[in-house]
This record gives sequence, structure tokens and C-alpha cells, in this order.
Amino acid sequence: MARIPFIYNVRNLAVRRVSTILTALGIGLVAWVFIFTLALAGGFQSALRTTGSSENAIVIRKGSTTELMSSVSREAAGAVLSQEEVARATDGTPLAASELMVVWNLPRKSGTTTNVVVRGVSPKSLLLRPKMRLVQGRMFRSGLDEVVVGSMVASRFQNCSVGSRLKLAGREWTVVGVLDADGAAYDSEIWGDVELFMPVFDRPVFQSLTLRLRDPSQFPALKKRLEADPRLSVEVKREDEFYAAQSGMMAGLLRALGLFVTSIMSLGAMFGALNTMYAAVASRTKEIGALRAIGFGRGAVLASVLFESVLLALLGGVIGCLLAIPVRTFTTGTMSFATFSELAFRFQVTPGMMLAGLGFSAAMGLIGGFFPARRAATMPIVEALRQA
Amino acid sequence: MKFLSLILAHLLRSKRRTFLTVSSIAIALFLFCTLRTVMTSLDAGIRASDETRLVVRHAASLVFPLPLAYRDRLAQIPGVTRVGYGNWFGGYYQDPKNNFTQFAVDVGSFFDLYPEVLLPAPERAAFEGERTACIAGKALVQKYGWKIGDQIPITGTIFPGTWPLVLRGVFTAATPDADENAIFFHWDFVNESIPEGRRDFVGIYWLKIASASQAAAVSARVDALYENSARPTKTETEKAFQAGFISMMGNVSLLLTILGSAIVFAIMLVTINTMMMAARERTTEIAILKTLGFSDGLVLQLVAAESMIVSLAGGLLGCGVAMFLFRRLDFTAGGMIPNFRMLPETFLFGLALALVMGLLSGAAPAFLAARLQIAGALRKVA
Repeated sequence: MARIPFIYNVRNLAVRRVSTILTALGIGLVAWVFIFTLALAGGFQSALRTTGSSENAIVIRKGSTTELMSSVSREAAGAVLSQEEVARATDGTPLAASELMVVWNLPRKSGTTTNVVVRGVSPKSLLLRPKMRLVQGRMFRSGLDEVVVGSMVASRFQNCSVGSRLKLAGREWTVVGVLDADGAAYDSEIWGDVELFMPVFDRPVFQSLTLRLRDPSQFPALKKRLEADPRLSVEVKREDEFYAAQSGMMAGLLRALGLFVTSIMSLGAMFGALNTMYAAVASRTKEIGALRAIGFGRGAVLASVLFESVLLALLGGVIGCLLAIPVRTFTTGTMSFATFSELAFRFQVTPGMMLAGLGFSAAMGLIGGFFPARRAATMPIVEALRQA
Repeated sequence: MKFLSLILAHLLRSKRRTFLTVSSIAIALFLFCTLRTVMTSLDAGIRASDETRLVVRHAASLVFPLPLAYRDRLAQIPGVTRVGYGNWFGGYYQDPKNNFTQFAVDVGSFFDLYPEVLLPAPERAAFEGERTACIAGKALVQKYGWKIGDQIPITGTIFPGTWPLVLRGVFTAATPDADENAIFFHWDFVNESIPEGRRDFVGIYWLKIASASQAAAVSARVDALYENSARPTKTETEKAFQAGFISMMGNVSLLLTILGSAIVFAIMLVTINTMMMAARERTTEIAILKTLGFSDGLVLQLVAAESMIVSLAGGLLGCGVAMFLFRRLDFTAGGMIPNFRMLPETFLFGLALALVMGLLSGAAPAFLAARLQIAGALRKVA
């Protein structure tokens, strides 16, 4: 069976320039919204996903769902450190850090205030998070009123650039450095010396203990032993799973919103594609009759109209993808329910999302083109030729 | 008005196209209303707040408690007529996903401070008289199918353990913006049951003041009193406190606005296209109308009116469906947003938007139709 040449469809779209551009833009915007919402949810999730490592374990109080609600006493922390599964640093000491975590209300650069995670860390904390680098200034010195801030905190909050003085717990602290964790949640935190923070923030206990496992496969044994110990009353989780679980609710909410908006909106754009293709078929009735008369079959006409519709929609999809490229530079912050404080993150546009956007557009074209294509294919030849 | 039947005849000429266009506009405005309702529902807490209630909390954040000893000092501050207190409990019912609002409150002052919590007198007496009693909002009771007398075990996350509360009352909210998805129970019960070192601390104090005009002065007095203490306070009106919570959510409103604009803009492009196609197909007819003596201005009005009618129909349909769903059916977005309720303003806003869409999408074809040259148009088709 003969195929109608593709160039016929391309030329048809080119002839109806204004209509083609308007329909494609409409579909393109739907694709853009689709990618935008995926990028939003993806960025939030990736910030928490990349925060934990599968080689680390985190110890929190039994029954506490988040670090903020947890408390781990010095004695319990000591008992955990002595476990043989804990990896050793080069100097033979356990590669683990007991940390304090509080949230503190700070003014954003925009003037509104929000909570920021303030973490008291020990010298091993940085070793446990190999992705974190000092991008500006230096690390704080133990025992001094100095803090370092995450890169997102530095760019979004007042008094958080290197050299400025930041007020926390009734004291002034000098910001001496900026840490970057490549988009992880630590970028939204302020770090200082845990031994100094404990008296200053009036906290007699740690919030959590993070440790490097000698061998990640030993995790189940360690978890079982520690959780069974009634004196400790702790829960042990793999660090990556701990953070990934925190993203669940918010990322789910964002995805649900995106899915809801795009699925309904795509219906509207599909109606637009239907109108355009119906009009395209109607104004070409005679042409289609002629095509049939010179021997092109029903299938060929159906395929040709469908192809034109998909081509139109894909043009829109490409426009949507192009518009989505700048989205990756957007940064936003939202509250993480786990810490009651702001988690800032960058929108994440992946090639997969772009492909999904294109596929989504193509599907709109396919469905929007089907009915007009069927009408074109089933037109009686003689009547079609007789039309004005 | 006498041309209405002519316009309608035009619209019915291609029923399918009119139907599709009206539907796509309806969809856009339905989404617009939905997104706007998400925004206004998040702000419901702000509208529900009372200007004569102040919230006192630790200056750093809600995570840090204040001593119970502040209570008597606060009561003596000029302008304060009543002091209440409570703790955000932050637990869950059966599964961590069921984390509605739970407050352990000072039962003695609670109903004075929150007159919008309506509870029948016998239920109130039963609640006040029993240490482990709790009251729950009607919406919550319906959601979980509780009955008075049921045991409702709440698992604490801030206060560890499972708390065996007994439902003694079902309250309703006096205003639609107040939250019925909440339970309240005795602060004393929680305080007595936790380890001694954590006792006698309060998460939030609520102050009732005589008039809203005193809010700033009373707040300043409270904060000055504790400024140099180990636990400084931050006092603000309940409205400001709620607004602070919304601001913590980040720029949700900006994101929703971006999405909403993209949707409306996309559908507007689609509508412009349709209107232009419709006008193009009728080139001959418009030329004939002009031959019959219809002026350019009248033709312009006719084509513009056609697109306005289509847009308005779509707007009424989309906003109407949204209004029906988000008001009559008590839809709550799966419990994510309590008080998900569409405001009448949103409906009007949506209709106004539909009119603007109609105006913009009708402009180009109306203009082209008015400028149409009769002879050329008639010749083209022949």
C-alpha cells in the first residue's frame, strides 16, 4: 500500500502557519507545565535522596520519626561507638559523629522569616559526608563563636555571608565559611561546634549519632543488637533510607498536584488539537478526495492525518522542552515536614523528564488527531471531490 | 440584542467546534479555580484568627518550650484579660500518615480563649472532669468513624509512648474557616505522665486582650519582660503567627501563580486559534453580511460577541463545576488541606478572567472581519 509522502504533511503545517504556531504553542505550554511540576518534585526529592549515604547509619531515639524529635544521651552514644561494626578513622578512633540539631527562626533576604536547621557537629561530621566541600572561607574552630553555613543559607538569608555576624541563642557568631553539599539538605543548614552548642542552646543530649559502617552488609546485625538493648532505647536506620523517607510526603504532594494539573490541562489542549485537525481536514476535503481517487487507500489517509497531528504536537513538545531548559536554574525553598524548617533546592530537569514531556505531547497529538483522521479516511470519494 | 439569534446561529453552525472550545475554556478555568482555592485554603488559618488573641512562644522557634512559671507573670501584664497555654503534640493516630492537629491544652482557660470551638454543655462537663478525656472536631470524627466513649490511642513522637485518650465530646467550628480536623486534650495529663525533667514546660501561651488596638503594646510589654532571660519570648497576634506558618511553606503561592498563568495562557492560544479558524471559514458569509449593509463596526461587534459568549459559557461551566465540587461536596484533597473551600471571590475572578480571554481571543478575528474587502472576499471563494 502506497504511503502519502511526509513532505505533504510538513507543507500543510507550513501553509497554515498561524494556526500551526498557536496550536503548537498551546500544546507546548502544557508540556512545559508537565516538565515544570516533575522538575519541582524531582528537585525536592533529589535534595533529600542525595543527602544520605548507604555506607552510613543514623541512630535516633526509639519512636521518634524525625531527628528533631529525637534525643540520644551521651551514655547511649558512647555505647554505640564501641560497637565493632563502626569503621575507624586513620587515627583509630571511631568514624562517627554525635550531633545536636535545633531549628532557629531567621530572616530571609526577602524579609520574611523561616526556620533554619542549626546543627552542632563534631570533627568527624565532615568526614562522614564526603560530598561536602568548603567553597568559601574556612571551617569553624572548636570552642570559638564561629559557624559555617550551607550554600543555600548563604544565598537566601540575611547576615549569612562570610564575615557577617549572626545572632543565635543570644550570642553573636561569626560566619567563617560556606559549605556546599551539591544540592543535598545540608546546604540548608548552619553548622557549629557541638560541644559549644550544647551549653549555649541548653541541650543536655544529642539529637542523633551518625556512623560509618565498616562494611555496609553488617548493618542488619548492628541494627538488631542496638535496638534490642533496653538501656539504649534507640532506632538505627540506614542514612540514605532515613532521608529518602523524609521526602515521601512532600514529593508525593507535589507529584499529585502536577499530575492533577497536567492531566486535566492536557484534555483542554487536546480539544484544541482536535479543532485544528478537524479544520485542517475540512478545508482539504477536495484534496483528500483527490488523493483517494488516484489510489491512496483509507489506511494511507488515516496514517497521514494522524502523522500530521503528531508532528504538530511534537513541534509543541519541542517548544515546551526548550522553554523548560531555563527552569533548571530556578531555586526555591519549601518547608520540610521532618525538620519544620526550610529546605532549599534547585529544580531538576533531566533528559528523562524532557522525553516524558515529548511523549506526553505526542500522545495528545495522537488522540487529538484520531477522530479527524477517521473522518478523512471514511469520506466518500465522489462527495469529497464534488465539494467546493 | 436583536442580533443574538444570528450569533447563536453562527455558534451552532459547527456544534462540535463550539463544544470543544467551550470545554477547553471550562477546563482552564476549573484548574484556575482549583489552584486559587488551594492558595486561599492555606490562608484559611489567617482568616480564622482572632485579632484579640496573642501567641507567645520562645523567640527562637516553637521547638523550644517556655516555663509554666511565666503564666502568672503574663496574667499580670496590663491589657491581658485571660491566659491559656498548650503544647503542640505532634503525634499520630494508628499510622504516621494520620497526623492531624493535636493540642494538649489547659482545659480551664481553653473555652474562654477559643469561643469558636462549640461543644454541648454536657460533653464539655464530661471532658473537663476526666483526665484522659479528649474532644475531636466533627470533620475528624466523621473521617475515622469515632463515637463518643471510644478510646483513641495517639502515638506521641515528641512525647514518646501511646496515649490512651477517651473521646468525650465532638466539637463544631463556629466559623467555616476554623479547623475541625483537630483534637484537644488535657495538658495536665501529659505533664504528669512525662519524665520529671521535662515537666512544667509550655509550648505556646495564648493571651486574650481587651481590644485589638492594644495588640502591639501588650506584645512589646511581654517581650521586654523576658528579653534578657534564658528563655526570651516572641509575641505576636494570632494572625501574624499563622501568616508566619504560611511563609514557612516557601513561595507556594508564586509556584501556583506560575502554573495558573501558564494554563490560562495556553488555553487562550488555543481559543484564539479556534476563533480565527471560525472567522476564516466564514469569509463568504461575512462578505455577504456586509453586502446586505452591515457596517464594519457591527461586523466587528458580532464576531467579538461570539467569542465573548463562548468564553463566558466556558467560564460559567468551569467555575460552576469547581464551585460545586469545592463547596457542596466538602472535598478535602485527601485530607492534605483541611478546609478546602472555594470562596465566592474566586468564582467572580474566574468569570472575569473568562471575559478577558473572550475579548483577547475575539480581537484579531473581529478586526480582520471588519477590514474585510467585500469584492475580494466574494471572488476568492467563487
